Amino acid sequence: MATVTVRIPAPLRSFTGGAGELEAVGATVGEVLSALGARHDGLTERVLAADGSPRSFVNLFLGQQDVRALAGLETPVREGDVLSIVPAVAGGRP
Amino acid sequence: MSLRERRLAELRQQVPELSPAEARALQAGGACLIDVREPDEIAQGSPEGALRLGRGYLELRIEEQVPDQQRPLLVLCGGGTRSLFAAEDLKRLGYQDVRSVAGGFSRWKEQGLPFEVPKLLDADARQRYSRHLLMPEVGEQGQRKLLDGRVLLVGAGGLGSPAALYLAAAGVGTLGILDHDVVDRSNLQRQVLHNEERVGQSKVASARRTLSALNSTVRVVEHEEYLSSANVERIFAGYQVIVDGSDNFATRYLVNDACVRHRLPNVHGAVYRFEGQTTVFWPGRAQEPGPCYRCLYPEPPPPELAPSCAEAGVLGVLPGVIGLLQAVETLKILLDLGEPLVGRLLCYDALAARFTELRIPRNPACAYCGDEAVFPGYVDYERLCASATA
Repeated sequence: MATVTVRIPAPLRSFTGGAGELEAVGATVGEVLSALGARHDGLTERVLAADGSPRSFVNLFLGQQDVRALAGLETPVREGDVLSIVPAVAGGRP
Repeated sequence: MSLRERRLAELRQQVPELSPAEARALQAGGACLIDVREPDEIAQGSPEGALRLGRGYLELRIEEQVPDQQRPLLVLCGGGTRSLFAAEDLKRLGYQDVRSVAGGFSRWKEQGLPFEVPKLLDADARQRYSRHLLMPEVGEQGQRKLLDGRVLLVGAGGLGSPAALYLAAAGVGTLGILDHDVVDRSNLQRQVLHNEERVGQSKVASARRTLSALNSTVRVVEHEEYLSSANVERIFAGYQVIVDGSDNFATRYLVNDACVRHRLPNVHGAVYRFEGQTTVFWPGRAQEPGPCYRCLYPEPPPPELAPSCAEAGVLGVLPGVIGLLQAVETLKILLDLGEPLVGRLLCYDALAARFTELRIPRNPACAYCGDEAVFPGYVDYERLCASATA
């Protein structure tokens, strides 16, 4: 298990009480997201589809790497890793 | 014997001469042909592929242009006299193999060797762009590329305003401005192309007035319409670079799909509150093709999951930062300079004062730019929150 810093983008901060960075514990990207979702209602649904896969308009980066280019939600995380949630942003009008 | 004749006789003993035809053959083999005549002479014609360096700055600038001291230099002037003096200077500077073209450009032309009439900057342009001309990475050739450049700005709003201002100032010759909207007072917090007098007026007309006042030599093309599947091909035709500063997903996907189809670089920027991101989507790039917007986000979010319009908002200066990064990338592409922001998403968090670079891979299975992709056609996605203003 590792403690990971998760960067929450501005559009999703309404689910984290305004916090832009949170820490969560898990062994994989998926576990870290679950741990975070358990504390913040509604957040997981914005990031993951009903079947548990990342939504097509949200990307997850572990460090600089897109997790799709790694092992997706199964990608193992290490202590101190940074997981960034990066949703599509249109601009003023969604 | 006059002083001049005696000196020339001396120079002829030190500097080997060669005929224009021999110079042409050596040039084809990698030697550098240098035309040292004055700009008004060069304006009448100069050997094809020659390096044009006036005698006045020859010794100061040659090293930037020809760093290799072993490379043969063939110096040419009008009749073969001034080139002897110049050649001697270059030898003294340290170039090993310097020769003078006997008979100069007059004999070059007589012998039917190829020459071109270079497009030169006029005196106004030399003054205006002098800080570009001073840098060898841009120089006169680069400035010509900018003057011949054709860039379309999608949106004359928060991102498009700073980008358009600096691209016009830099001398990008043709700037297309696409926007259907009119100036609203709430725009003035960040959309610096517009001003109080123009509230209620068309944004493209306002943009044209501002840009023309800054640089009257720039041709501003007004596209006052909504981008749709019906007009995207017509509007994009003839542009080299598209700068996406739009404010809605419907437009962003149309921009992406047309850029993929026509192999155009899509200089992307987006802002939200205190955060912004920018990248260059360019699957059509000849060397090292990058991802497209759909590699990153295959589909727009459904309306119920998109951030609500009421939540939106942006620090006024933030689109300034991102729009200017887009302008920098655009100039780099036009000048073919440096490493474009292809395959990398640069994210700026103003509150943390932090730039983060994320790697965005190309998706070989992408429906639009993937290895097996056949253009699926344009999609007009639903426009949400049509009454909100970017």
